[in-house]
Amino acid sequence: MSSKNVRKKPYGIAILTGVISISLYVLLLLKQDVLNDYFGRGGLYAFLPIITAFIFSIVHGSFTGNFWTLLGIEAAKKKKEVK
Amino acid sequence: MHDIVNTAANFIHLDTITIVYLFLVGFVGGLVSGFIGSGGAFVLTPAMMSLGVPGLVAVASNMCHKFPKALIGSIKRAKYGQVDVKLGIVLGISAEAGVLYGAQIQENIKKSFGEAGSNLYVSVAFVVILAIVGGFVLLDAWKTYKSGNANNEEEKVTKLARWVQSVNIPGTMVYFKSLNARISVLFTIPLGFATGMLAATIAVGGFIGVPAMIYVMGAPSLMASATELVIAFVMGLGGSFKFAMHGLVDIRLAMIILAGSLFGIQLGAIGTTYVKPYMIKIVMGTIMVIVLFSRGLMVPVYLSQLGLIQEISEGSVKILKNVSFGIMIFALALGAFIVLKAMWQGRKAQQLAAQEVYEPGKI
Repeated sequence: MSSKNVRKKPYGIAILTGVISISLYVLLLLKQDVLNDYFGRGGLYAFLPIITAFIFSIVHGSFTGNFWTLLGIEAAKKKKEVK
Repeated sequence: MHDIVNTAANFIHLDTITIVYLFLVGFVGGLVSGFIGSGGAFVLTPAMMSLGVPGLVAVASNMCHKFPKALIGSIKRAKYGQVDVKLGIVLGISAEAGVLYGAQIQENIKKSFGEAGSNLYVSVAFVVILAIVGGFVLLDAWKTYKSGNANNEEEKVTKLARWVQSVNIPGTMVYFKSLNARISVLFTIPLGFATGMLAATIAVGGFIGVPAMIYVMGAPSLMASATELVIAFVMGLGGSFKFAMHGLVDIRLAMIILAGSLFGIQLGAIGTTYVKPYMIKIVMGTIMVIVLFSRGLMVPVYLSQLGLIQEISEGSVKILKNVSFGIMIFALALGAFIVLKAMWQGRKAQQLAAQEVYEPGKI
């Protein structure tokens, strides 16, 4: 490979966030009834889905970002420096 | 809305096929949103409803997956320097007001004309707006392609945008980096409001927001589509909270769609770094124009339900519904295909260029 990345691939963080993400999803599916009960109550319980969405997005968002990096799919390098 | 507070009983049973289906639709929707700043919602809501999810729960759950998705997408695209946070927040707040107003109109129409009347309003809004805006966006992209300027990174600012930027109303002027100009908030407020109203009506505010930023304010396509994600975040957060207060969010649906869409949005955002700016317009315009046919097909159904035209048989209604849904899926899939293809070609071109530079023996 001629155009090797100088940066190290983020294996550690990808595995860590991947494991947490999967655990969150397993929990979500295993505890469906309890979650539906609380999350569907409305009123101040509205904070529950919002907070949950933030947690999932941070963990899973970090995982998916690193996932593509590990596959070698990254943003294009800036082409035009001189104009 | 208190009669629907206990919607928990209406939350559907999830099996493996449903989960995989939602994950995949989420992925494709995310891919397109990462690229053009919005989209996906117009398929996700009917997709959930086709599984037996009540309409309001589908809208609420879609919104609850939209804001975290938009958050991750905008963070990613901010890293590429494509986001104008200030413009996003300014437009997002006025969009929030537009959402509330749009929802109110919807409710009034439903009260006066029933479900069919409300559906007719949504479909006609879809067809008219998408025909005008989508047609214009596509035409503009086509002109750029034909003129040979497609490879040009610089985009022409429209006459309208130049005029908007030239109007000076003291006390209302704000500088936005994406425009590299000061414009009056008296222009941004109605545009944000319209974005929100559209979001409340057809679920995809970006179909107004992105073209408005490009053609009315003069933002580059890449920045407009990235900034739309900030608007979607602000709008989605407020909307989700409102729906959650009534217990309408099915968190399982929202998070499963999010699982797929976060893979998609990252990829779509990466894709924007490989393509020429006019590709944003191509993808957006294509999706808009195809979706308009999908909704247009349903207009006779609602007209007949309202007794305005001859009654259509149940069998024909079913066929029209399925074809309409099929066209929507096709629109999204085609959008995703164009994004992936453009990205693939961009990557290949870059690899070739890199090889030419590093190839030993070559000058």
